[in-house]
Amino acid sequence: MAVKKTVGMYPAFDRSGTSTRASHYCAGCGHGIIHKLITEAVTDLGIADRVVMANPIGCAVFGYYYWDVGNIGAAHGRAAAVCTAVCRTCPEAIALAYQGDGDLGAIGFNCTFQAANRGERMATFFVNNGTYGMTGGQMAPTSLEGQKTATTPLGRDVLNDGYPLHVCEVINQLTAPVYIERVSVADTRRIMDARRAIRKALELQRDGKGYAFVEILSPCPTNLGMDAVQAAQFTNDKMEREFPLGVLRDQSATATARPAAPAKPGPAAFFTSNPDGATDAAPDPSFAEQRLKFAGFGGQGILSLGLYVAEAGRFAGRYTTWFPSYGPEQRGGAASCSVVVAGNPVGSPAVDHADVVICMNLPAYERFAKDVRPGGWLIVDASVPIAEKPVGVQFVSFPAIQFATERGMPRSANAVMLAVLAASGATGLDRRVMEQALAASFQKKPSLIPKNLAIFAAAYQQAGG
Amino acid sequence: MVKFVKGNEAVVIGALYAGCDYYFGYPITPASEVAHAASAWFPAVGRGFLQAECETASINMVYGASAAGKLSMTASSGPGISLMQETISYMAGAELPGVIVNVQRAGPGLGNIYPEQADYNQAVKGGGHGSYQCIVLAPGNVQEMCDLTMLAFELSFAYRNPAIVLTDAMLGQMMETLRLPEAELPRPETDTWAVSGTPATRKNLITSIYLDVAQEEAINRTLQEKYARMQVEARAEQYQIDDADVVLIAYGVSSRIARTAVDKLRATGVKAGLFRPITLAPFPTAALCAVADGRKLLVVELSCGQFHDDVFFHLAKGLGRVVNVGLLNRMGGALIAVDDVVARVKEL
Ligand code: SF4
Repeated sequence: MAVKKTVGMYPAFDRSGTSTRASHYCAGCGHGIIHKLITEAVTDLGIADRVVMANPIGCAVFGYYYWDVGNIGAAHGRAAAVCTAVCRTCPEAIALAYQGDGDLGAIGFNCTFQAANRGERMATFFVNNGTYGMTGGQMAPTSLEGQKTATTPLGRDVLNDGYPLHVCEVINQLTAPVYIERVSVADTRRIMDARRAIRKALELQRDGKGYAFVEILSPCPTNLGMDAVQAAQFTNDKMEREFPLGVLRDQSATATARPAAPAKPGPAAFFTSNPDGATDAAPDPSFAEQRLKFAGFGGQGILSLGLYVAEAGRFAGRYTTWFPSYGPEQRGGAASCSVVVAGNPVGSPAVDHADVVICMNLPAYERFAKDVRPGGWLIVDASVPIAEKPVGVQFVSFPAIQFATERGMPRSANAVMLAVLAASGATGLDRRVMEQALAASFQKKPSLIPKNLAIFAAAYQQAGG
Repeated sequence: MVKFVKGNEAVVIGALYAGCDYYFGYPITPASEVAHAASAWFPAVGRGFLQAECETASINMVYGASAAGKLSMTASSGPGISLMQETISYMAGAELPGVIVNVQRAGPGLGNIYPEQADYNQAVKGGGHGSYQCIVLAPGNVQEMCDLTMLAFELSFAYRNPAIVLTDAMLGQMMETLRLPEAELPRPETDTWAVSGTPATRKNLITSIYLDVAQEEAINRTLQEKYARMQVEARAEQYQIDDADVVLIAYGVSSRIARTAVDKLRATGVKAGLFRPITLAPFPTAALCAVADGRKLLVVELSCGQFHDDVFFHLAKGLGRVVNVGLLNRMGGALIAVDDVVARVKEL
């Protein structure tokens, strides 16, 4: 036997609940050999403290009985996701995934594929024995054409079951992986090759050089219904014909470790670095709650208009909420939002009976004009054709779009409408906080602040404020 | 200091102040702003963000990070949360922390993207396989979207148990003033159990497989004892309860509507109050029983009555007898109008 002594494993397999020194694997199974090759290399490279092994499901689910490294049991197919998280959150850790063909090639294929595509700093040991071992010998994605299994009693029929999946070859389509090789542990010569490949994958991990994938053909005498010799022969002859051994990619000579991300300030420093000048609201029961609705089409800055008013409420020390239309509502081009400004914490942010409704186009008018409470304010852009002036509400029509367009600032129609709202006195919010909110919204484009304040002032005057 | 942010953004601020190391997520309306904010803010403060290939991957990444003793989270909505249930069960079984934010939308199936509260049973009763219990927190405003996300991390690590922030499309999408947290949370000690790729943690093991029946039963009993211990974390808010004749019972978006209804009812002389669970699991059974006894009760919720049935159950359990609890509900993404709550209370 090529593996001289066992290192890197627990001296007694206490975790198995028995006192034996025998593994739980069948005689002639490849898993035990692969375990030894991995732990021997881990020990030789001095990385045992750093290794986090994602244990699979299937026959190797109990890998942690043996491996004297950190062990995490992963759900069926998810070792690559677990390793992704481990290598990203623990810079010193070496993340290894050990998975069988059902685990990796079937249920978890995309997880592995995506992790390989991201070039995660991990190695995958993919044990291909052509069958589901522990579950009871069902067809695996890698079962050979014609292979009889518990779920292909007449043999794998490629017309029904598809073809044996060549995982290495698929992974080899990706740009990120550094090293891809297929080996076998079916005889001594092959084991020596497997030993070299496993070691190389682990060296790459020791040095943080990127994604390594080693597929290992492994005999499963139990589910093949063969003795150990026959199973090894089957692996050498039949499986290798379908899954040729060899290096598919080796960029280990040129791969380099990724640089560490630069240090950043923490959240407290980050979030407090840019105060907007508003203070927390204080209760004021004397302030009559204002419920406002803003509607129009997407490009008119409807959501921003609502936000100006909500922000103005904040600058006035009021409790405010802003609730937008979202998702596919916006796709047809319609946009609306609800704003509540109050002297006490706001209950429902949805506006049923609005104190103020502002409509920037006809569909908005048709949909929302009816929501104004009796005596409330209905403010519309003058471009909305209105046959009959609504009764029972305070009605304002102002050519906001035209006003803004004529002044070369068509995108500021919402600022014009804000001025009209301020001039109406409908909200109980004064002009000063409206202007403050308008200016604050252009914090990232300060050059637009004076222009918008100017058009606001002009509109305010025109609207009779 | 205050900021004006969306609920979905407040979640990210809370997570970062809690010390969350990594965000793993997959976009879905109406939860996507959590990922948007996380993708900008996590890297900005030296933490990590990864858009995973699917929700199954996201939650298994959370599982992996938690197994490594790190703080991580994911956020999604209905269909995505359903995909995560297997691994949430694994997390419970392996006693792993981790925070999952569910910005509820309407279902079943693809449903729509408007607010609903029909993932109540899934969150509170354990949506995956086996006997387990998540910690479930239900924010009622943008401030709590932040604060309860922090609390979710705190409790999740204190009890080594997955925690769900169960919110909804309205709270996720709306903006409100957020007072930034005073300070970041201290980092939890994890070396005794986590597997972090360090000498101190090398002998640790994260697993949920126990082939031995006696051992699996013992683990189950240990878990149930832990869930019983969590009961001390139960919290609720009471609004205008003291002299109330009618108590509305609601959480999340419905509690906002109920609160406005309470104000309207009081303005017309009806003594109404609001009982709002902040923790849905553990459920604030004792507090509810204390205020519910002898009063008219009405649950307001956006589901077929999942929360109502649980209120009924907890009252019966706490009081030792069955009490009548009314239900006003809507489904499919429709909001309950304040007027409808007012009218219903007047009928009681
Ligand atoms: S069933 Fe096959 S894979 Fe499993 S232990 Fe036995 S030989 Fe190995």
